[in-house]
Amino acid sequence: MAAMGLLAPNGRATGEVRFAGANLLTARESELNAIRGNTLAMVFQDPMTSLTPHMKVGRQLTEVLQRHRGLGKAAARDQAIAMLRRVQIPEPERRFVMYPHELSGGLRQRVMIAMALLCGPRLIIADEPTTALDVTVQAQILDLIRLARDETGTSIILITHDLGVVAGLADRVAVMYAGRIVETGEVRRIFKTPQHPYTQGLLACTPRLDDAATAALRTIPGQPPNLQRLPPGCAYHPRCPYVMDRCRTNRPALLPAAVGGMKACFLDDLHLKAAS
Amino acid sequence: MWSYFLRRVAIGIPTLWVIITVCFFLMRLTPGGPFDFDAPVPAEILANLRAQYHLDDPLWRQYLDYLWNLLRGDFGPSFKYRDFTVTTLIAQGFPVSLQNGLSALVLAIVVGVPLGIVAALAQNTRRDYIVSAAAMTGIVIPNFIMGHMLILIFGVWAKDSIFHLPAGGWENGALTHRILPVLCLALPYIAYLVRITRGSMIEAMRANYVRTARAKGLPFRLVVLRHALKSALMPVVTFLGPATAFLLTGSMVVETIFQIPGIGRYFVQGALNRDYTLVMGVTIISAALVIAMNLVVDMLYGLLDPKVRYDGR
Repeated sequence: MAAMGLLAPNGRATGEVRFAGANLLTARESELNAIRGNTLAMVFQDPMTSLTPHMKVGRQLTEVLQRHRGLGKAAARDQAIAMLRRVQIPEPERRFVMYPHELSGGLRQRVMIAMALLCGPRLIIADEPTTALDVTVQAQILDLIRLARDETGTSIILITHDLGVVAGLADRVAVMYAGRIVETGEVRRIFKTPQHPYTQGLLACTPRLDDAATAALRTIPGQPPNLQRLPPGCAYHPRCPYVMDRCRTNRPALLPAAVGGMKACFLDDLHLKAAS
Repeated sequence: MWSYFLRRVAIGIPTLWVIITVCFFLMRLTPGGPFDFDAPVPAEILANLRAQYHLDDPLWRQYLDYLWNLLRGDFGPSFKYRDFTVTTLIAQGFPVSLQNGLSALVLAIVVGVPLGIVAALAQNTRRDYIVSAAAMTGIVIPNFIMGHMLILIFGVWAKDSIFHLPAGGWENGALTHRILPVLCLALPYIAYLVRITRGSMIEAMRANYVRTARAKGLPFRLVVLRHALKSALMPVVTFLGPATAFLLTGSMVVETIFQIPGIGRYFVQGALNRDYTLVMGVTIISAALVIAMNLVVDMLYGLLDPKVRYDGR
């Protein structure tokens, strides 16, 4: 949200978001508007409410093209319909003149993806794009995102809490806890040798097919912290099984890890300790 | 859509009939009658009067007669305004109230809705506080005080300036005579519209689809006008339906303060004088307007929200 300049009026972001030579956090609204929807696009979490209910979906697509590509009505219409076809919406001409409420959730998310792809963005930020959808539709949407990536070569930042989605789609992973990155790395490495206790905890929570049917689901003990009053030191320390004294006072920096990638944890050989 | 429209009109007729019936019997149940004079009147004159106006018929007979005359478009004779029928009184007064009401309505929309949008977009800034506070003031000042304040300011204090306006009278609808009453009628509605528009606009601007529109890189103006405004107008239209009906039938207070020959003042005068037919006449007119405006509102929903369907599917 911060990167897109879409924070709520009372939201604050610190740091820097560099995109194509500009810092998006300090960019003016007009500069941002030249980038948003054009080279930087976003797919939102909830397709049921993310389309304007009183506008036909076609119009919601063509206005992007008219704005960023300066296309006329007819040309924009042709391109928008072609894009609907590319995201595998059946009968795109008919859907083009429909209102959002006449489409299913999966179709609406396809429209959202089509909208993001319209101007051939260099980066798409997908914020939990499948959370609001049925499992079968989720798989279709993920296939579609993968297809779009492979066809257009666009980069995708995928925000999700679904580790299966991460494993299936991501190349590089950044694990976040309480608003900060606690571990980054190449996707296989993260799943094989997680370096941060939180990543380990997350992975341990995944139910497995060979679990006994009666086994209780595993959880990370404790509760997510109140983001307005984070604990001092490492935000994860109240829940961490390996907590040490300095974790309670100092926040570990994000530093290169021995097995590759980065981690923000004082423990050295965490995976060895976890195995023992 | 047309079948829905006709069905609603058809439902409106029995509704109106119920209102007429209740109103008719309530008026007759009220103590006193149209011929209770301050000075004693000889019994035979009273009897003559009652016979002349059919007040000595049985009540059910009077009721059926009234309905029958109504069907032929005859509201009956006024009991107090001698030699005038209610139809004539309404025909003279209603256009005046209608013109004032329409002007006030247009003024209220043209000023209230944009101000509400401005306040919403500047939420919690000084501009918002100023507009909201002014609107609140407009709501809490009752119009009988507002009217006199306007007269004091523009009719008395501004006596020798170019802002001077007549304090009352109608003069066959001269423009200067219309300004103050229309302003007085419109001010509370401006205030309500500001508050309603502000509230619904703030809500609309928080909607996910407005976020989507901004993420598309649309200029702020387009985000507001194309994506947010339409859904923000729903509560405004809901409010405007009955408000229009009340505005068009005239305000007793405003018409009395500014001495305007509309039908608003008949509401009270008619009721106080037990002028049965006059009260019935203005009640029927306003009830019909309320019913009609509610129908208009329901039809407008269809324009604002594509999810609204009228064919019962």
